Amino acid sequence: MSKLKLIIHREFIAKVRNKTFLVMTILSPLLVIGMSAFIGYLGKLNQENVRIIAYLDESKLFEDQDFEDTESVKYLNFSEDDYEVAKTKVDLSDYFGLLYIPKKDSIKDIASNVEFYSKKSPNIVVINSLENKIEERLRQVKMAQLGIDVEKLNDSKINADIKLLDFEGEKSSKLVNTLKSVLGMAGGYMIMMFIIIYGAMVMRSVIEEKTSRIVEVIISSVKPFQLMMGKIIGTALAGLLQFTIWGVLLLIVMVVASSVFGVDTLNVQGVSVPTEEAEVMKSIAKSDAQLVFEELKNLPIATMFFSFIIYFIGGYLLYSSIYAAIGAAVDNETDTQQFMLPVIIPLMLGVYIGFASVISDPHGPVATIFSMIPFTSPIVMLMRIPFGVAWWEIVISLLLLIGTFLLIVWFAAKIYRVGILMYGKKPSYKELYKWLKY
Amino acid sequence: MSDLLVAENIVKSYGDYTALNKVSIAVPRGSIFGLLGPNGAGKTTLIRIINQITLPDHGKIYLDGEELKPDHVQQIGYLPEERGLYKSMKVGEQALYLAQLKGLSKSDAKKRLKYWFEKFEIGDWWNKKVQELSKGMAQKIQFIVTVMHQPKLLIFDEPFSGFDPINANLIKDEILQLRDEGATVIFSTHRMESVEELCEYIALIDKSNKILDGKLSDIKRDFRTNTFDIALDTNNRNIDVKAEISSKFQVSETTINTLGNDLALKIKLEEGTSSNDLLNYLSTKGKIAHFAEQIPNANDIFIKAVNQNK
Repeated sequence: MSKLKLIIHREFIAKVRNKTFLVMTILSPLLVIGMSAFIGYLGKLNQENVRIIAYLDESKLFEDQDFEDTESVKYLNFSEDDYEVAKTKVDLSDYFGLLYIPKKDSIKDIASNVEFYSKKSPNIVVINSLENKIEERLRQVKMAQLGIDVEKLNDSKINADIKLLDFEGEKSSKLVNTLKSVLGMAGGYMIMMFIIIYGAMVMRSVIEEKTSRIVEVIISSVKPFQLMMGKIIGTALAGLLQFTIWGVLLLIVMVVASSVFGVDTLNVQGVSVPTEEAEVMKSIAKSDAQLVFEELKNLPIATMFFSFIIYFIGGYLLYSSIYAAIGAAVDNETDTQQFMLPVIIPLMLGVYIGFASVISDPHGPVATIFSMIPFTSPIVMLMRIPFGVAWWEIVISLLLLIGTFLLIVWFAAKIYRVGILMYGKKPSYKELYKWLKY
Repeated sequence: MSDLLVAENIVKSYGDYTALNKVSIAVPRGSIFGLLGPNGAGKTTLIRIINQITLPDHGKIYLDGEELKPDHVQQIGYLPEERGLYKSMKVGEQALYLAQLKGLSKSDAKKRLKYWFEKFEIGDWWNKKVQELSKGMAQKIQFIVTVMHQPKLLIFDEPFSGFDPINANLIKDEILQLRDEGATVIFSTHRMESVEELCEYIALIDKSNKILDGKLSDIKRDFRTNTFDIALDTNNRNIDVKAEISSKFQVSETTINTLGNDLALKIKLEEGTSSNDLLNYLSTKGKIAHFAEQIPNANDIFIKAVNQNK
């Protein structure tokens, strides 16, 4: 066995046998599922609490059907009562609030003088739904006043549905566009998490070798560079194993949960996905599976898959070699703080730019530039790729990534070489710069 | 080739600081070679260069007549001063891993480890984690992994630190046995009494320069001051005899041994006078009870050489 293989093997075994690794591997999915179930339960609890809203309609423009009860809100008609009486009644009751629609000469005056009394300030969803109800009815009344035929007007409403095609005639749909955002974000987010979790693991493992003083014994047999790369690769393999186990466990639990308890698995996922996306995913779930399958086929699956692998490897290697250098430079973990910020910031930047900029404008200047910068490209480019990126852009981005990776590894290896044999020094950036010249 | 290891004009600087300034050493095959020097003199840097951990700025190292190359790490066993083991790894697995890094096959490594574990009577440690061992126990493991691949060249940097006197003796005997079996040993230490016991050759490095090297016995001869310790039975004429001797020779110290009534003297001979002349002269003055040349020990040489280099 070559020395590099030996080191990779040892690092992998050391990580996998570690008790924390075992506990985390088994516990994490359970925690995620438990949290999701708990949040889902809390959400349901909220909904079960039915609010009662009383309304007093002096305008006599509204009908009972305008205030139809829903699962979470019940409406009571207080229109027979006097304004003050109704207010006192509601105040003394445990009703949620009183909606007061005054009598005015013009529809517009009514619209701007509606009042809502409540003990606690109501949330925006409740108010929006009330406003919608009022607007809808008042619009109809206004239209009747103006002599507009409501039937005809409704008939005149046209829903445009633009079919999206590229110049090769490949069809795509808006649904797929949302799917692309979700896939891109999930991929980018996963890369960031992987780098942060396992990069830090590489760093800790370097510090451990330094503090246990075994490092000089090892590098009298192998080159420091081999040791560093073996560590990085071994840790990555352990990480991939952990990710795979998590994926499989999540899948199993989700399947079991949905079949046994009838839990809406999409709700479970919805926890980590913004609500908007969750809505879309629900609509995907509702739509025909065949259609979704057809649309999935439209995605550049192969490109996405391979670019995920390449950017994943490139990004991880780039960052973990920086982590390794940091680990080599310090004596204990508390000293790493000053070096961690410059590592975390580009990662966070990548994810936020991805969420903010790529989704709204995947080929805009911000997204394009950050998908070229090697420190953010693994995240940002990955988010862009589902939207179709020209091959030459990917090539430039990859070349920049590989070039920077080689440069960083070279620097990191130099710092590593000097650092692992330096004890009892708390290094500064200036000191590190000097090490580069040794 | 009688020298196993030759270092020629090794220069190494860290920034503005020169750690080694044109240092050359030659380590004869089958010898124990003491690499001595005060703290920060550059010993560890030189050792790291021999182990290819650090690259020299200038100069060349030859092992067995060949210029040092990456493969040579298999022929060197190195016990660094800053040493340790993976704490959460089992003793046996760890030793196997380190042996394989030195190029042994797994089965070979197992066989040799078995031999050493039996020799040190520590077979039942195999499945223990290093963190369960005491410091002295861990040091034994450390020694085994240093020597188990039967290297031509062994380098020990302060090997006895962390050992109690009994185990230090055990290790010393092992080192001597390894030497007898043909290994060449470089031995770096501050403990001069172990230098005296073990080393055949020494090199002294101070302030990045080699200031002294050669066979220890030759160096001792060079550091002689031509001073002799003498005791003379003068038959109660101590005062007179002392005056007579003082007029002819340079007497540095006299004591009168009250019990035996002997006259004890330290006499430094001038150039051109031999010890025989002194002996002949003394024999006419009384009965010679003791006559010995003062031989400097390693400690004296170390201190003297370093002070001269100031």
